[in-house]
Amino acid sequence: MTTLTFKPLETYRDDFSFRNSPEAIARFPFPFPEDQYMYSVNLEPAVSRDPGSVFEHLFDVDEHYVSEMAERARVLERDPERCLVMPHMAPAAWDTLALLMENLSRDYPQHFRLDREGDAWHWHNLALGIDQRFTFGDPATLPCEPLEYITRQMQGDFAVLDQRDGDLFMDAGMVTCPADWSLRFDAGMSFKQWHSPVPMAHQIGVFDRALKYLLNIQVGAPVRRLNWTLTINPRLDTSPETYHEWGNDRGKVTPDNVGRLVHLRVELQLMVRLPRSNALLFGIRTYLISLDELVSNPAWARRMHRVMRDLPAPIADYKGITRYRQTLVDWLRRFDPEA
Amino acid sequence: MSALLDVRVAAIRELTPVIREYRLEALGGALPGFSAGSHVQLHLPNGRRNAYSLLGDPADTRQYRIAVRQQEASRGGSRYLHQQLRAGDVLRLSAPANLFPLHSEARKHLLVAAGIGITPFLAHSRELLRQGADFELHYAYRAGVSDAYLAELRQLLGPRLAEYPAGQRRLDPAALLRGRPLGSHVYACGPQSLLLDLKEQAAAQGWSDRRVHWEAFAAPEPGQPFRVELARSGRQLEVGADQSLLEALEANGVEIPNLCRGGVCGQCQTPYLKGDVEHRDHFLAAAERSNSLMPCVSRGCGSPILLDI
Ligand code: FES
Repeated sequence: MTTLTFKPLETYRDDFSFRNSPEAIARFPFPFPEDQYMYSVNLEPAVSRDPGSVFEHLFDVDEHYVSEMAERARVLERDPERCLVMPHMAPAAWDTLALLMENLSRDYPQHFRLDREGDAWHWHNLALGIDQRFTFGDPATLPCEPLEYITRQMQGDFAVLDQRDGDLFMDAGMVTCPADWSLRFDAGMSFKQWHSPVPMAHQIGVFDRALKYLLNIQVGAPVRRLNWTLTINPRLDTSPETYHEWGNDRGKVTPDNVGRLVHLRVELQLMVRLPRSNALLFGIRTYLISLDELVSNPAWARRMHRVMRDLPAPIADYKGITRYRQTLVDWLRRFDPEA
Repeated sequence: MSALLDVRVAAIRELTPVIREYRLEALGGALPGFSAGSHVQLHLPNGRRNAYSLLGDPADTRQYRIAVRQQEASRGGSRYLHQQLRAGDVLRLSAPANLFPLHSEARKHLLVAAGIGITPFLAHSRELLRQGADFELHYAYRAGVSDAYLAELRQLLGPRLAEYPAGQRRLDPAALLRGRPLGSHVYACGPQSLLLDLKEQAAAQGWSDRRVHWEAFAAPEPGQPFRVELARSGRQLEVGADQSLLEALEANGVEIPNLCRGGVCGQCQTPYLKGDVEHRDHFLAAAERSNSLMPCVSRGCGSPILLDI
């Protein structure tokens, strides 16, 4: 087993001190299985594979844990509404807390510990220095609402979806590092409503098939998929609410700074049926890598060039790449000897 | 598909001459939690897989409880459970799945059960009590035969329970639904005739479909033997009279996703290219039936079926 050590505090804003260690680059979930990119549902059972990789544990914790949690706290301080739980989702919030605590304490026993006696729970988060006794099911015994409590200690965003009327509804969540979407805007929406901005996907029926699949996810049989976009700077919080802070960054890309500024942003999306509430937990774990870091792997560099070069224009637009795409492709071409 | 659970039969209780309750406990550790309305599939040693509602308290993860009524036309499932299964035996289960959940937007829940259809509502009742929700349980039974949980329910629910003993008081869906506030949802489990009657009355009184929930007994009916060919491998199968197409496929190592095994969930939908099909499901739209079937309940009648798998 590889040991997990946390890097000292890094930032995801202002001076952007976030960097990946060589080990983090080596385990980066590069999302392109082919030289061309096209939408696909690409779901697979979320079973443990490739020890040391991001697929080893259901919930991956990595060297950026402490920094990412500090970033989440900062976002919540400015905007507490990034966490939302509609009243009927209280059981699902407790379900989520139980699932996360059970998995973390089992998979990372050197950092997290959970002792339970009936409803009397005792939680240790050694990484963040938390020691909490509480009564499971009684929100008054925690410092804050249970979904917020546990996701303040978890990397990645979470949406908790209520299943009813043969559809899924975004009725709870913690979203502080979104790729240009907002829990506040999507709250209460159905699956198709919150996917409506995605171009070219409706025609090919991808979402009908995906929804049918998600509705039937069973207890004990979680699934996952990778999704990607690009971000300027290692900025986690690219939400519509803060667009004024990052929207202009896309105009700052030059041939000289592409490698440092442009980051591939990969989401490891996880869908888990919550046993007691029958809600669906949707985890979005975000990984960032600068292109300078990415091209240290020649195979990734070559493929990245081809994918960016051949990306259909509507997808490039949707992902916000169009403004600097040519600069990016020109820079990447040097890593693709056959191009 | 999903993980299977190994359980031991901890106790068997005879509740009425035709209904027995089975308590199942994990061989090691706890069982997965479940939401009220969930069922599990039992994988029986004779190859049958039957779905049963979990009737215990969803908060209790030490054991699962199911109740089984001996069916006169049993294809071997309920008969096996009644006649051969003993305390201490080990069984294999699928993880719980829920096709009959409570609706999170309901302001009032009307639960309607007949006979062994009471089982999912035992879990629902406990969950609704815990939530402090507004609900009623309407229970039609035959005294001494299908009234398995009557005493327990009277104690648990008090005035929330309305009883309809056969021969004394008729459960009248029209009266039951009349004048209910708009946020009411109705849930029914029982024989086909009751479900149809209730759905019809709800529609007649202007209830939208999304407020009407039902769970049918998910048991495929036997029929004539028939032949099937798999287009992609060219394999030929015989489906026996008391076997479903799904069971025949599984017996030959062909796994098809499935949840209800009773023609309601839509999981097992399979395309076919040729053949005369008796559909028997509650899922497919008329237009889909010309090229899709549900192998958990559909049967061939006449020419062999050519499946597109
Ligand atoms: S398994 Fe549910 S319809 Fe066949």
